[in-house]
Amino acid sequence: MRVIVHSEKCIGSGRCTELAGSVFDQGEDDGIVVLVSPKPSDDQREAVRDAVQSCPVSAIEIVED
Amino acid sequence: MASKPDLNAPYPYARDKRCPLDLPPQIAETRNDDGMQQVTLWNGNKAWLATRWEDVRTILSSPDISSDAEKANYPAVSASRSAQAKSYKTIFTMDPPVHGQYRRTLTKDFAFKRMQELRPMIEEALNSLYDQMEQGGKPADFVEAVALPLPSLVVSMLLGVPYSDREALQEWSRNRMALDTSPEVVQDSAKKMGEYFDRLFAEKEALYSDKSKNPGDPADLVSRLAVEQILPGHITRLDAVLMCNILYIAGHETTANQIGFGLLGLLTKPEQKANMLQSDESVKNGVEEMLRYYSVVHLHSPRVCTKDMIVGGQEIKAGDGVFALLSGANRDPKHYDDPDAFDVTRNAIPHMAFGFGIHQCIGQSLARLELQILFESVFKRFPNLKLAVPEESLEYKENATVYGLKTLPVTW
Repeated sequence: MRVIVHSEKCIGSGRCTELAGSVFDQGEDDGIVVLVSPKPSDDQREAVRDAVQSCPVSAIEIVED
Repeated sequence: MASKPDLNAPYPYARDKRCPLDLPPQIAETRNDDGMQQVTLWNGNKAWLATRWEDVRTILSSPDISSDAEKANYPAVSASRSAQAKSYKTIFTMDPPVHGQYRRTLTKDFAFKRMQELRPMIEEALNSLYDQMEQGGKPADFVEAVALPLPSLVVSMLLGVPYSDREALQEWSRNRMALDTSPEVVQDSAKKMGEYFDRLFAEKEALYSDKSKNPGDPADLVSRLAVEQILPGHITRLDAVLMCNILYIAGHETTANQIGFGLLGLLTKPEQKANMLQSDESVKNGVEEMLRYYSVVHLHSPRVCTKDMIVGGQEIKAGDGVFALLSGANRDPKHYDDPDAFDVTRNAIPHMAFGFGIHQCIGQSLARLELQILFESVFKRFPNLKLAVPEESLEYKENATVYGLKTLPVTW
């Protein structure tokens, strides 16, 4: 599983950081998504899916290699 | 249901007084029909009413749907709400790309981790409200004693507004959010609130322009906007004033009403209380169900379609007004099993209580945190907390865009 973020779409809702904090963070200066872990481990899979579903602007994408 | 609900009744529909926590009967009656219900508003205008999860999500994330209140057919649920939307251009009524530019000046202030840092302050504020409620003796109105002051204290602190000014600020906010205030009162309240924040910004700008005063780093949002945005000329003072008006309004009554409803749920359903109070995790999960079940933003989001499109099998034309009903999406039987049941063990996310798309609530992490802290602590502090009146006698704020309990009398 690979994760891509489209930070230009991000509105800083913070849902991804709350739901999958080891994969996503928000920038100190702008609150916009920062991808901490582009290849999350298997135990993060479900949390990342929740984050994708919860992102209000579809700024997160999962790519299954 | 005894008789068919009146689908020609003007929107907003009234709720059934026997089940004030369920959506108006018209919504359930029409939500499985093809297409969307077209409703008639106070001024005779028509608007589409999206009530299904998928349709609400589609509308709120479509680039061909506008939030601009200047557009013809921008739907409003009352004359006062129309006056409110049109009197000031706020972040609620902006479209991209301007909306994004404004929103980004505020996103870091409401970032998830930054909000978590407020936990000790919120716990302290809440404990002192519990103390005051206890000292005031029983019974007490939980809305007045805790549910309203908590978010009000927090938003005041965050913005840097003296808490002692809350009465005036709350009155202006209420006037602006009620459905039945006159447009003149709405405009007067908006003006006074604007003047209030204008003075506050003027003071901060003067303070931070004068190096000899050595004011230090800005500690609150008003100071930060003055230093980082207004003084360097990125936004005008009026822009900042309008942002703070909205943050104040959106930041207290919504959370207050959500607290009141959530507590009502636990006080009237002991099995839900037992399920919710298992652990901090079960509290978190239960808070999401409270947000879903008691969606306090219950009448709209107002939008205007800018391009012909089909939503939920319904053709809507450029220029048509649309309400995307968050409370409707959150009770959609296609999306939730037994949606009219309050069940704190269900997985309610992602729900639509904070909206969806670019306008989703900027303060959602703060609201969640306040709710989590409250429900982690309230029964520890008051183990015997119970309703002081029969549930049937409770009154609801029917004339407001944000639904809530007028009072919640409790004893312990």
